[in-house]
Amino acid sequence: MQGLRGLTWLLVIQSAGELLARALHLPFPGPVVGMVLLLGALRWPLVREPVAECAGFLLNHLSLLFIPVGVGVMTHLDVLSHYGGRIAVVLVLSTWIGMAVSALTLHALSRGDTFAAEAPPEAPHG
Amino acid sequence: MAEVVALWVYLSATPLFGLTATLSVYVLAHALYLRSGQAAWANPVLWSVVTLASLLLATGTSYPGYFSGAQFIHFLLGPAVVALGWPLWQRRTEVRQRWGRLLLAALLGGGAASGSALALSWALDLPHEVLLSMAPKSVTAPVAMGIAEKIGGVPALSAVFAMLTGLIGALSARFVFRVLRLPYSQTGWAARGFALGTASHGIGAARALQVNPDAGAYAGLALGLQVVLAALLLPLFFR
Repeated sequence: MQGLRGLTWLLVIQSAGELLARALHLPFPGPVVGMVLLLGALRWPLVREPVAECAGFLLNHLSLLFIPVGVGVMTHLDVLSHYGGRIAVVLVLSTWIGMAVSALTLHALSRGDTFAAEAPPEAPHG
Repeated sequence: MAEVVALWVYLSATPLFGLTATLSVYVLAHALYLRSGQAAWANPVLWSVVTLASLLLATGTSYPGYFSGAQFIHFLLGPAVVALGWPLWQRRTEVRQRWGRLLLAALLGGGAASGSALALSWALDLPHEVLLSMAPKSVTAPVAMGIAEKIGGVPALSAVFAMLTGLIGALSARFVFRVLRLPYSQTGWAARGFALGTASHGIGAARALQVNPDAGAYAGLALGLQVVLAALLLPLFFR
């Protein structure tokens, strides 16, 4: 029941996000506005407890949710096979560049930071 | 035989097929992923997509036919994006303290990903609409489609590029981070997760969530920031 209540809250907040995005002509998609609204709503235990349970379930299976769009690759096999090699080069290199720049920026800026409880080093499997 | 074909034609035309096929294939792919010790190459999105697309092509089932069932799973992306607020809220004091540098890392990382994709597409002489569809590729697929439409790209192509970018990030992150020599401390995991969310959106975040909870939370934050920054800045840039 708690999980169902959590899903209901998430959908209510997403709807509020959609309405807000439309009414104020925000350039952001509704769910993103909803994510910001949720951050405010989580201070209330009435929202927090059920949402915690449902969010845990949804986020554990986040990969599943990308499959329907992913299968859409099959509708563009012609473009992909025609420019495949070049597209692969662009996608791989730009992903690595973006990943390296953001990781190094954050890491360099965080050098002086100490967390309240620094976790013990974990087995390397990133 | 004719009866089997008739039965298939009937089943593949109902939403039941797309939904059942997606869930069954994912459950299997996920079991194999766990069996492999959560190896990056066993990524469940990659193998599910490959299996389902091959299945549809081999049986001559149309993508819209499949999607009529799979849309029920696709729909959950909305509440899942809202739910990304939860791991973030759990780390709110820490995020509040580091706000400025997180924003800077998101801006530089997202800019580098988009900028290098555009520059490389131009240098390799890819068609203009393919180039424009590359710009929002580090943003989660449903948002990338919306941005592509605004800047003159092909939305469906952007969704494909976003999906591939997510997979490339999830598959190769470990290798990239090893080259960068990031430490295995909490700040190190935060930087890894943040980079995965910035460059590879939800698929990267899903990988980060599976590997380390701190990395997962920062990946969720980075993916949210990327959506906001890209939705705001890319249309301005291409005007």
